[in-house]
Amino acid sequence: MPPSLIAEQLLNGLQLGLMLFLLAAGLTLVFGIMDTINLAHGSLYMIGAYIAASVIEASGSFLLGIAAAIAGTALVGVALEMALLRRLYRRSHLSQVLATFAVILIANEIVRMIWGSQPILLNMPPALSGPVELLGLRYPAYRLVVIGVGLATAVLLYLLVARTRAGMWVRAGASDREMAEVMGVDTRRLFTLVFAIGAALAAVAGALLGPLLAVQVGMGENVLILAFVVITIGGIGSIRGALLASLLVGLVDTAGRAFLPYLFRQMFPAVIAAEAGPAVASMLIYVLMAAVLYFRPTGLFPARG
Amino acid sequence: MRRLISALLLSAVAVLPALATARAADKVKVGFLSTLSGPGGALGVDMRDALLLAVKLNGGKLGGLPAEVNVVDDQQKPDVAREAIERFTKRDNVDLITGMVFSNVLLPVMPAILNTGTIYLSTNTGPEDYAGEKCNPNFFAVAWQNEDIPGAMGEVMNQRGLKNVYLIAPNYPGGRETLAGFKRFYKGKIADEVYVKLGQLDFAAEIANIRAAKPDAVFFFLPGGMGINFVKQYVAAGADKDAKLFTPGFSADEDTIKAVGEPMIGILNTSQWAADLDNPANKKFVAEFQKEYGRPPTMYASQAYDVALLVDAAVKQIGGKVEDKEALRKALTEAKFDATRGKFRFNKNNFPIQDYYLREVYKDAGGRITNKTIGKVFSDFQDVHAEKCKMK
Repeated sequence: MPPSLIAEQLLNGLQLGLMLFLLAAGLTLVFGIMDTINLAHGSLYMIGAYIAASVIEASGSFLLGIAAAIAGTALVGVALEMALLRRLYRRSHLSQVLATFAVILIANEIVRMIWGSQPILLNMPPALSGPVELLGLRYPAYRLVVIGVGLATAVLLYLLVARTRAGMWVRAGASDREMAEVMGVDTRRLFTLVFAIGAALAAVAGALLGPLLAVQVGMGENVLILAFVVITIGGIGSIRGALLASLLVGLVDTAGRAFLPYLFRQMFPAVIAAEAGPAVASMLIYVLMAAVLYFRPTGLFPARG
Repeated sequence: MRRLISALLLSAVAVLPALATARAADKVKVGFLSTLSGPGGALGVDMRDALLLAVKLNGGKLGGLPAEVNVVDDQQKPDVAREAIERFTKRDNVDLITGMVFSNVLLPVMPAILNTGTIYLSTNTGPEDYAGEKCNPNFFAVAWQNEDIPGAMGEVMNQRGLKNVYLIAPNYPGGRETLAGFKRFYKGKIADEVYVKLGQLDFAAEIANIRAAKPDAVFFFLPGGMGINFVKQYVAAGADKDAKLFTPGFSADEDTIKAVGEPMIGILNTSQWAADLDNPANKKFVAEFQKEYGRPPTMYASQAYDVALLVDAAVKQIGGKVEDKEALRKALTEAKFDATRGKFRFNKNNFPIQDYYLREVYKDAGGRITNKTIGKVFSDFQDVHAEKCKMK
C-alpha cells in the first residue's frame, strides 16, 4: 500500500472527523449542560444547509451563503430553545426525545413545503472545484478548505470555552449545574447562548458539506446517529472528548471503507470478502463505540466527575 | 351471536371486492408507485412526468378508456411501498401497477402484487429473480434486464482495448447484477470490484483507492444523486486525467449532465434509448416532453412513456375489457406498439428483446451538453436468464 494513499485517506478521515465535530460539539454541550437530549440537532444541520444553498444560488457567493446559514440557523436555534426546549429541561428524557423527535418531523415537512422534496445539488465554488498538488499528492481543493475551516472552528471553540467568562460558565454548567446556579450563573441565558452556538456550528457543517453531499430532506437523521456515537465515545459534555472522538470516528470509518475490503481479500475467498467487507466496514464505528464503552463506561473524557 | 356477526362480516369482506370487479370497465386504473424524493427522486419524477404526458397527449385516455393514474411516493423504502401496494390492490382495485425505480424496493413487495393477480409493468429495474425460473405471467420488465446495459458496456470496453478496469457499484441487488452483467462480457482484468452503501454520497475514500490502483478505466454504476456526486468528486480529485469514466446510461443522462456540467463531456455510456434515435414516436416524445416540462427527457422518462404506449395499445387491442386479465396479459405480451426506443418485443420471460446503443456526452453546436448515439452494441439482444423461464 503506497504511503501517498495512506496520507490521502488520513486527510479524508480528518475531513469527515472535523465535520462530525462541528455537529457533535453543539450536541454534547446541550446534553452535558442542560441534561437534555436534542434529537432535532440534525434538523438544525439541515436548515443550515438549505439556507446556505438558497443564498449561494441566489447571490452566487459562497461566503455569503455560509454567513447567512450561521446567522439564520442560530436564530432558528434560539427560537426553538425559547419556544420548546426551555419547557423540557426539567422533564424526563423520554419527554425530551418525544418532543424533539416531533421537531424533526415538523422540520422535514416545513423544508419539503419550502424547498420541495428534490435534493438541491450544490456545486463547489469554481475556484475550488479542482485538485491541488500537496507534497506530490493531488487532493481536492475544496476538501482542504473544509479541513481548514473545521480546524479553525475547533480552535475558536476551544478558546471560547477555555479562555472566556462565558466559556467558564459553560464548563461550570457542564460539570455541576446546580452548583453553578447557586454561584450566580444565569443558566437561562447561558442555555440559550449554548443552544445558539450549537445551532451555528451545525449550520457551518451543513453549509460546508452541501456541495460534497446533497442538500435534501432528512439529511440530518443519518448524521445525527454518527454525532450521538461521537458524544458517547467522547464523554457527554466534553468538548475535548467530542473532538478526539470525532477524529477517531472519522478515521476509523474512512479506514474501514478504504482498507478493510482489501484486508478481507487477503484473508477470505473473493465471494465472502465482497459480501463481508462493506458490511463490516459499515459497523466498524459501532464496534469502536462498544469497545470504548466497555473499558470506559462514561466515555473518554466525561465532563462530570 | 358474536360468531354470527363475524361470519357475516367475513362474508361481506369476501363478497365486496368481487362486486367491485364485476362492474364493467369504465376506466383504466393505474397505480403508479415510484421514488419521488431523496437522492433517487429525480428518477421517479421523470417517470411520473413522462407517463402523465403520454396520458395527456392521448386525451386523458389509455386504450380508449379514461385513465386514472394514482401517484404515490415510495421514498425508496420497501415498507412505504408495501403500504401503497396494499391500498392499490385492496382498496383502489387498480388494473395495473407500475413505476418502481429500485430493485431493493421492488423485490420485497413484488410477491404482494403478484399474489393478488395484479399485473406489474416495470418502468425500470428488471431483476434476475423474475427473468429466469421464477418468471411470472404478471411481471413485465419493459425497460431491460439488469445485466443488459452493463453487459453492452463490457463489450464496448473490450472493443476499445481496455485491459484493467476498476468496478464500483452500490451493495444492493441492482448493483450486484450490474457488475455481474458487465463481467459476463468484459474479458480483461479487473483492477478491483468495490461495493458501497446504497445512497452513499461521499466517495473520498473510494476515489483515493481507485487512484492508487492505477486502472486503465473506471466502470461505475451509481444511480441518481450517487452518480452525480461521484463524478463531481472524481473530477475535483483530478482522477479523470488518469482513468476515464464509463457508465451505464443512467449516470450519464440529462439529470446528471445538468447537475455536473462540463466534466461530463466525453463520458461513454450504453443505453437502450437515446434522444436522437430516429423514429416518429421518439421525435414526438422528445419534443413534447421538452415543451411540457422545459427540460430534455432522460432514459427513465422514455421507459415510463413506453409503458404508457404499451398499455394504450394492449387495452385498445382487447376493446377496453380490462377486467379480462387473461386477455390483457396476452395483449401485453404481443406488445403491438411503436416504442420510443424503436424495435421492441417481449421474450418468453416478459423481458425485452431489443437493441443497445453506445452514447457519448458531447457539446452540441448550440453549446448544450447532451448525448449523441455513436454506435449500436447489441442487436435484438435477449438476456441470459430467459432460457431458464418455462413460460411460453
